[in-house]
Amino acid sequence: MYKLLASAYKEILLLSRDIGGLAILFIMPLVLVVTITIIQDSTFKTINDSKIPVLVVNNDKGIVSESIYEGLEKSNSFEIINSSSEEEASDLVFKGKYQLAIIIPKNLSEDLQLKVNQNVDGILSKFGLEEDSISDVKPQLLQKEVKLYFDPTTQNTFKNAVKNGIDKMISQIETQSIYKAFQDQVAEDEDEVIFETNSFITFKEIIHTKNDKEIIPNSAQHNVPAWTLFAIFFIIVPLSINMVKEKTQGTFVRLRTNPVSYATVLGGKTIVYLGVCLIQFTLMLLIGIYLFPLIGLPELDVSNRILFLYIVAFFAGLAAIGLGLLLGTIAKTQEQAAPFGATFVVILAALGGVWVPVFVMPKFMQLLSNISPMNWGLNGFYDVFLRNSGFTEILPEITLLFLFFITTTVISIIYNEKKNAV
Amino acid sequence: MIEINQLSKKYKGAEDFSVLNLDLIVEEKEIFGLLGPNGAGKTTLISMLSSLLKPTSGTFTINGLNFKEHKNELKQLIGIVPQEYALYPTLTAHENLMYFGSMYGLKGAYLKESIHTHLETLGLSRFSHKKLNTFSGGMKRRINLIASILHRPKVLFLDEPTVGVDVQSKNVIIGHLRQLNANGTTIIYTSHHLNEAESFCSRIAIIDQGSIIIKGVPNELIEQQENAHNLEDVFLAITGKALRDHV
Repeated sequence: MYKLLASAYKEILLLSRDIGGLAILFIMPLVLVVTITIIQDSTFKTINDSKIPVLVVNNDKGIVSESIYEGLEKSNSFEIINSSSEEEASDLVFKGKYQLAIIIPKNLSEDLQLKVNQNVDGILSKFGLEEDSISDVKPQLLQKEVKLYFDPTTQNTFKNAVKNGIDKMISQIETQSIYKAFQDQVAEDEDEVIFETNSFITFKEIIHTKNDKEIIPNSAQHNVPAWTLFAIFFIIVPLSINMVKEKTQGTFVRLRTNPVSYATVLGGKTIVYLGVCLIQFTLMLLIGIYLFPLIGLPELDVSNRILFLYIVAFFAGLAAIGLGLLLGTIAKTQEQAAPFGATFVVILAALGGVWVPVFVMPKFMQLLSNISPMNWGLNGFYDVFLRNSGFTEILPEITLLFLFFITTTVISIIYNEKKNAV
Repeated sequence: MIEINQLSKKYKGAEDFSVLNLDLIVEEKEIFGLLGPNGAGKTTLISMLSSLLKPTSGTFTINGLNFKEHKNELKQLIGIVPQEYALYPTLTAHENLMYFGSMYGLKGAYLKESIHTHLETLGLSRFSHKKLNTFSGGMKRRINLIASILHRPKVLFLDEPTVGVDVQSKNVIIGHLRQLNANGTTIIYTSHHLNEAESFCSRIAIIDQGSIIIKGVPNELIEQQENAHNLEDVFLAITGKALRDHV
């Protein structure tokens, strides 16, 4: 025990002598969490402060184009900029000046009305109504096309959202035009309302409740756990570099001649670096609680969750340290440890669902995700933050994280024994 | 004290043995010098005796303890001063010594007193709270030595302990080693400084290509070798003048 504490004290001294490194260790994760949360916060807001400029070429100037303008304005996501020609608009979009251009074709409103009238007249004639008014010769109407131009760099998710939005707007206009045509043909009195044009089917999101309390997640609760975990796992880089330095400095050789086990040496590192992880975590919580509201981000709600959050952070920290110990044991140079460690954390984060939710990943990746410690940690944090879960619910995740720590540490010890067996 | 039987070491991928069927007995309280050209096998032999390298074959005992069965007891019994400065450059001399002393289970007032005494003897007490990365080569060598003797080892292995240090530091180091030896520590020492070895060692062995070619008391070896005036003459006569560069 005395040797373990002496090892831990030495690690504290080594860390404290590298003020720059220590600052990076604590400040960079905070910068990361704040930056990512600010960027991703807009996707959680119903009203977006930053509007996307959209070029509109209105060749129609009728009721349909008016409805499209109205829909775009109502969405509060777009700033409409009128353009005179399709050529000019497409050119500006492909050059990346604008992300999107909408080209509304000529006579769209007029032709839509004609098409709807033809269809309504046809239907009514089948019922023996309006026979006289139906002309045998119907003008052939060509299908109309609303063209969308996207900047080539635009992501598919944005494209799909815009396409669906415009499709919905046009469908509504078509439906309302049909209702109106029937109304005009059938109603005897102009003020008589035959059709209720409001949607019959609506939807409502049922929010998860626990103890009669609605749990409404915000961007802080989504981002802080994910990026905190990412930062915690980055501990493997300084930890493995610390171990490689001991090899290159020769201090590790001296330790091998001393009557101290490798497990004790690793234990000292584990204690100190776990402390670092928990301090990182505390700073991130403080940032979420106190700084976020000051910079317009939603406050991180940690009420009644603190204990469980620290339990998950503790075990996630252990898992990260286990990985760092293994990397530090195997790597021979800092050039091996640092790039591998950093890249591996990014891979684990991707697999763990930090960037893209696991459910949208391909099946094979979903399977791989199950063996990513970051996935276990993230689920643990989400259980506490978003599902208001207790100890029983987070037990599977923290058990996996602990087993991961044990496995990686045991492999490190065995590897070291084999490598340096006498 | 130290009994080596048919000890051999061949590194992975190497064509030749670095140490081959080496037999040697070092008596208690001896200062035994292992001399030889570069690549002769001196460091390999010391590394095996200090539990850093696994022998390919053969055995050895220290104080009657077999290296395979009593690994931990042997570690408590020996001290090793490695060739490189095996110290933390950002820690102070005192912090380094406190840490390495505690790895031998030393603690409290005893450890502090031991550190103070050695620092005082080696002329470093006023620098004890300075970081190692501000020390000169000679100062680091002295701290390197103290880190290995705080636990009063029965046997001390030194791998070129005076390499790259000034004459003053060398004198202090050698003087301290003599004092340790007078207090009962057996010393096994490698060096390229043959004059130093001649006056410092009670016995020496010249080792080349993994085997001991000659061993004995330095003065006797000089007398036995024709036209030899010092240990360097003996050394060159036995190992030849050809360069021993190899990679």
